[in-house]
Amino acid sequence: MSLSINLEVRHPVLLIRLDGELDHHTSEELRDRVDTILEERKIEHIVLSLEGLSFMDSSGLGVILGRYNKVKSFGGEMVVCSISPPVKRLFEMSGLFKIVRLEADEQHALATLGVA
Amino acid sequence: MRNRMELEFSALSQNESFARVTVAAFIAQLDPTVDELTEIKTVVSEAVTNAIIHGYEQNGEEKVYISVELNDDTVNLTIRDNGVGILDLEEARQPLYTSKPELERSGMGFTIMENFMDEVKVESASGQGTTIHLMKYLSKNKALCN
Repeated sequence: MSLSINLEVRHPVLLIRLDGELDHHTSEELRDRVDTILEERKIEHIVLSLEGLSFMDSSGLGVILGRYNKVKSFGGEMVVCSISPPVKRLFEMSGLFKIVRLEADEQHALATLGVA
Repeated sequence: MRNRMELEFSALSQNESFARVTVAAFIAQLDPTVDELTEIKTVVSEAVTNAIIHGYEQNGEEKVYISVELNDDTVNLTIRDNGVGILDLEEARQPLYTSKPELERSGMGFTIMENFMDEVKVESASGQGTTIHLMKYLSKNKALCN
């Protein structure tokens, strides 16, 4: 099982949909692809849509924290949505919810960032 | 009944998924809950990733060794590398501590292992590799007694 990464720019938001497993191996591709868009496009915020994410470990937390630091440096924020209980547990354990906002689904997440 | 298996594989990141899925498949015969299987897959991923990134500094010529022993409703996992070892174990086990912040490591590996398993023992010394022993009681038998 690998990771399928779908990136969609909904100005000024980068919507990241992940399907599959996010570990050390797959987190490198995610980091490279997201960083390319952050450099090339005028992105302020990131929405992470995790409905299809079946597995994540601390390497996933690391790559998410790294992207959070980037949007924070642009004055933006990161919102996560459609999160499964096991992934939510890792977010809670690491304290990520203190800096990353949780919303129920993509529509709500995008609406809170002013994208219809 | 005691039941054992061993795995040996190259220290390559693409084998992280192979390792956790294989261990989960072996443990599945004890009929664990979905949550227990997820926890075991996660700790295998953490320990194997540590061996690859920290133990061997991503030298794929090296090998990671896993052994799993099932004893009634108890899972004993051992994950070993012959890498550089851990200089300060107490520091390494602190939540959010990482020796490789430049690689965007979260520093949550040992914290996750401690949260998801019933026992975590680490043996390591500089230049002498690292062995992690992880033990978990599965809830199955307890649930059946109720």
